[in-house]
Amino acid sequence: MSVFSSATSIFAAAASDESFQPSDWLFENVWIVPAIMLASFVYILLFGKTFPGKDRVHFVGLTAISAALAISLLTAFTWITQYEGEQGDHSAQTSAFVDPSIVTAVDADEEGDKAKDSSRGCLAESNVVGDLRASDDEYALGSLLLNDIGSAELAVDAGEDGKGAGHIKAKPVVRCLEWFSTGSFGGESATGDTLKFHIGTIADGQSIMMLVVVTFISFLVHLYSTEYVKGDRRYVHYYAFLSLFTASMLFMVLSSSTLQLIVGWELVGVCSFGLIGHWWEEKPNSDAALKAFLTNRVGDIGLLVGMIVLFFGAGQTFDIQTINYLAVHGGLSQTTMTVAALCLMTAVMSKSGQFILHTWLPDAMAGPTPVSALIHAATMVVAGVYMIGRLYPVFWFGMSIEGSPINALAFVGALTVVGGGALAFVQNDVKKVLAYSTVSQLGYMVLALGVGAYTAGMFHLFTHAFFKACLFLGAGALSHACHHSFDMKAEMGGLRKRMPVTFATFMIGTLALVGVFPFAGFWSKDEILVGTGGFPSTNANGNYTLLLIMGLIGAAMTAGYMTRVIWLVFFGEYRGHVDPHDPPPVMKYPLIILAGLSVVTGFLNFPADWFGGLGSRFGLKFEQWVEPPRGDTFPVITHGDSNFLLAVIASAVGVASAALVWTYYQKLYAKDPSATEVTEGLRSKNKLAAGGYALLENKYYLDDLYQGGIADPMKGPIARAAYWLNQNVIDEVVNTAGRTSAMLGRFVYRYIDQGAIDGSVNLSGTSASESGGLLRKVQTGRVRNYASLMFGAAALLAAVFILAI
Amino acid sequence: MYLTQYLLLAAVLFCIGVYGVLTRRNGVMVLMSIELILNAVNINMVAFGVFNHVDGQAQVGGAVFALFIIAVAAAEVGVGLAIVLLIYRNRQSIDVSEASLMKG
Repeated sequence: MSVFSSATSIFAAAASDESFQPSDWLFENVWIVPAIMLASFVYILLFGKTFPGKDRVHFVGLTAISAALAISLLTAFTWITQYEGEQGDHSAQTSAFVDPSIVTAVDADEEGDKAKDSSRGCLAESNVVGDLRASDDEYALGSLLLNDIGSAELAVDAGEDGKGAGHIKAKPVVRCLEWFSTGSFGGESATGDTLKFHIGTIADGQSIMMLVVVTFISFLVHLYSTEYVKGDRRYVHYYAFLSLFTASMLFMVLSSSTLQLIVGWELVGVCSFGLIGHWWEEKPNSDAALKAFLTNRVGDIGLLVGMIVLFFGAGQTFDIQTINYLAVHGGLSQTTMTVAALCLMTAVMSKSGQFILHTWLPDAMAGPTPVSALIHAATMVVAGVYMIGRLYPVFWFGMSIEGSPINALAFVGALTVVGGGALAFVQNDVKKVLAYSTVSQLGYMVLALGVGAYTAGMFHLFTHAFFKACLFLGAGALSHACHHSFDMKAEMGGLRKRMPVTFATFMIGTLALVGVFPFAGFWSKDEILVGTGGFPSTNANGNYTLLLIMGLIGAAMTAGYMTRVIWLVFFGEYRGHVDPHDPPPVMKYPLIILAGLSVVTGFLNFPADWFGGLGSRFGLKFEQWVEPPRGDTFPVITHGDSNFLLAVIASAVGVASAALVWTYYQKLYAKDPSATEVTEGLRSKNKLAAGGYALLENKYYLDDLYQGGIADPMKGPIARAAYWLNQNVIDEVVNTAGRTSAMLGRFVYRYIDQGAIDGSVNLSGTSASESGGLLRKVQTGRVRNYASLMFGAAALLAAVFILAI
Repeated sequence: MYLTQYLLLAAVLFCIGVYGVLTRRNGVMVLMSIELILNAVNINMVAFGVFNHVDGQAQVGGAVFALFIIAVAAAEVGVGLAIVLLIYRNRQSIDVSEASLMKG
């Protein structure tokens, strides 16, 4: 290592968190979890139909997911135990030393020596590391000045950020195998390097958190589906897809290279397609599946381009930790990271339902409700958010998140929060409301990551998974009871008394979603609002005031539309015509479990300065467990200070909005108990209101834009032009080629085959026969003739000899 | 004595043999003519053997060759006469011009 790079590494170490390397058999073999689900998928696929009584095929899926859940929980438990053990030692150690700066210096030296740490990714262990480090040094040399200034600033920031101090962080456990390499025959590639392709797993706080979320929700959905999808015509198919989805999602979550991530990403897309179109016999369902798939293709192009840019930018590597390391240490240029981040953002927009590519998500509700809960609310749609977190340094530097008032990522998130929330007001289908709510909440997550509040984003992902799954499964229970309908206005109302358990759990889910103290959503949403740094004295990364305001508007909207749902479904008069009641136990218990988690999960990350001494001792645990050590493969982000006033304001706008909506429906109820909306309201009096309503009802005309602007021209003129081209140009060429070859064939047959080849063969036959006919006359059978011929010939030979010699 | 005289004798004998082979119909006579041809050759062999001196010594090679030819000729006549006998048994004739079964 050159002097320059060691100098920069000391700077980086000064700014970075102290860290330790966790190690456990489980972390290195975490691939077992997706492998179990894959095995379950293969088993169901091959033997599902012949399984003893195919209606019991869910036993296979349930067994597999239970095993996967057990391993995931054990992994998370081990991770937390190791962290807490290390943290205890660390606190004891720091208090023993008089001057903490000496400890830091020692650690920094170790940091330098441990450059080939496994947490840095696959390349750290391989032979390429020399080359990579060399090029890294060159980068460091090139941008020394810049690095110096940057690191100095970072060091100051880290000094100011007192909350992170005294907490050690766990490094990721990366394990990978070489899959194949180029130039294995000793040849050299264009750049003279041998490229190695790795396949592996990353076990860190983020992936283990997702492991728990995915297996947990998947387990409950497996359980819930045994009743909900009972007797379905494609029961086996359903469970096979659930297993495949879980396997692919876990594969994506654990992937250590961007190549693997793309594969996992596409696989979950396929499962989503298959499950949205589960009842494909009905046209809208198969259309929705196609729409989801095609919209996602738009983002997938962004994903591919972004990953390719990163591949070449990082010196031809797919390894995520190496890319992150280079991004943090100035090995990737600002332009590279900006381009890559923007391209990857497109992928996030499609997969995580961000404005303007969110249109597929509400339509995806055509799938079975447990699938909506698992895939289109809790897990798959957060793949984009997860991907941002995985490549966070690229986004952090690419979007210049630190110290800025606005950036593309955060703005798209905020726009989604508000836009999605507004659309939720005009839906009559309870699942559609929840779908737009999901869009809006995903917006919060992207907003959080966009303003640099990494932990807040991940924490919202975590809590949202539980309460949104709770709400979706609750909606499934409603539909199960109300004649398979999701129409709040036509089929529901007054269900509070008829379905008490569903009401209670749905209510808890709603309170968590709205962000009422002390439910889960309160904590995560509050942290996101703090993270914007728009509120005075929150000391976050930037000063995103506009985004804070949009976040607050989103909070008000959430409270409003959820109050509307609660009133329409559970209060007022029952408008349906069946007798609804609570679902059977297998559907009820998942609801209760999820409702319970919606209450408690928020406490995993309550602010450090709340509840007196409890906060410093038990607060911010999620942050400590999940956030990677800053400064190595993770940017040096600043954590905002929680603000009591902001929490009060956020709650107040929510309550005000809810109260407003509640009053509206109460007044309506007082007038006419069966009414669901005002007939002579603001819309008929005010043109602007009518226009706004029409805009929302038509979903901002985005669907019409895509249909009219892209789909229809494709189907109409472009398709016809392509058909004409096909018929008249391409087919003509093909036909001409066909005719020409037929003619040529006939010519060849007639003249070459029949004439020359057959002729020569026949000629040799006839000539042999003719010459035989001639020669047979010589063979008379008389000895005398032979003798005379022999003597004659001998005499001739003798004459020749005599004359010639 | 000259070698030429022997060679002329042998040539005459050979020609008589050839004439016999070509003109005689009787199978036995043909065989006898063949004997004449063979003996013409024998005369040649012996004559060359006698007249071929190496280091002033006559060589026995020609005489030995003649002995071999006599032995082979005896065997040949044995086979030939057996064939003639069989032809006779089958056809009551030993006219070789009639025995043309191998005609192509």
